[in-house]
Amino acid sequence: METKQKYLKIFLSTLYLSAFTFGGGYVIITLLKRKFVDELHWIDQEEMLDLVAIAQSSPGAIAVNGAIVVGYKLGGIFGILCAVLGAVIPPFIILTLVSMFYNAFRDNPAIQALLRGMKAGVAAVIMSVVWDMAAGVVKCRDWILTAVMAAAFAANYFLRVNVIWIILITAAIGAIRTLIRTKKGAKA
Amino acid sequence: MIYLQLFLAFLQIGVFSFGGGYAAMPLIQSQVVANHAWISLSDFTDLVTIAEMTPGPIAVNAATFVGSQVAGIPGALAATSGVVLPSCLFVTVLAWLYKKYRSLTLMQGILQSLRPAVVATIFSAGLSILLPTLFADGTISFLAGNFQIRAALLFFGALVCLRVWKLNPILVMAGCGCLELLFQLLC
Repeated sequence: METKQKYLKIFLSTLYLSAFTFGGGYVIITLLKRKFVDELHWIDQEEMLDLVAIAQSSPGAIAVNGAIVVGYKLGGIFGILCAVLGAVIPPFIILTLVSMFYNAFRDNPAIQALLRGMKAGVAAVIMSVVWDMAAGVVKCRDWILTAVMAAAFAANYFLRVNVIWIILITAAIGAIRTLIRTKKGAKA
Repeated sequence: MIYLQLFLAFLQIGVFSFGGGYAAMPLIQSQVVANHAWISLSDFTDLVTIAEMTPGPIAVNAATFVGSQVAGIPGALAATSGVVLPSCLFVTVLAWLYKKYRSLTLMQGILQSLRPAVVATIFSAGLSILLPTLFADGTISFLAGNFQIRAALLFFGALVCLRVWKLNPILVMAGCGCLELLFQLLC
């Protein structure tokens, strides 16, 4: 009975957080911490930081990854299942409905105007995020990273190189640099 | 087999979107618009807009939306499970490795190097949303009829709201939509 309740709690917590979290993955990670560390005391602070690091190091949506690490920690494979279902069901239902309405309303002039205006806003939000992220990269004062950024943009935008190749090549550069660095560190 | 195609396309998006948030956007565009032509660039821009205005990660939102546009609810299920599955596998393996070695140095080194590439691809995808918004034919030319003055005003106004006044992005986007709607109704 107790384990059943635990799984239900995992499911309901991630469901609730996912349904009401606007503003991306980092927000949901803070909320997961508040729920499972501060409120339920199921995970201690230290371990939560490690779990967040794992969630951020894995590919995929941060919100889903955050739910998965918490589910894994609390309930193994079945915990993961509960957490993922909880995290995915709200956007799944909402976007299925939106998709149906989209076809019905796409040609409505009022909806078109609303979407057209919002597009300009979305473009501004994306450019603003890019500005912050690019400034973060340049501030590292690691010229290889800045060069990677410029090269990746040129390759993707002008040469139309597939995003997957860009990710694979830069991941390889990162792996090689890290291995060299740890070798140097081991020698010193 | 459309369900398998949806599953595999979103599986790739799940595997390669490192860094969260907007990192998935260029991958979604490349798979869904360029490779498979399941939706048009204009629908993709609407999708990004809608994903921003609703809760949930953009990758999951996009999977559900595209899947359901292409092949109804079973399509949405196929695409969404595709995008989530890599997360489950990677997180479990990393958590296990972490338990064993207590360190994510290599993974974090790779991520540090990926970040600039991710910024670059997001910028690139952002431009393919911005240019058709500002210019009717999507290329930079200020000929009458091509340059969308109202959209440009909204874009720069939104930029000021975000960067100078640090307003909430959802509020800014909704505001832009309402202003354009208001203009449409009045003129």
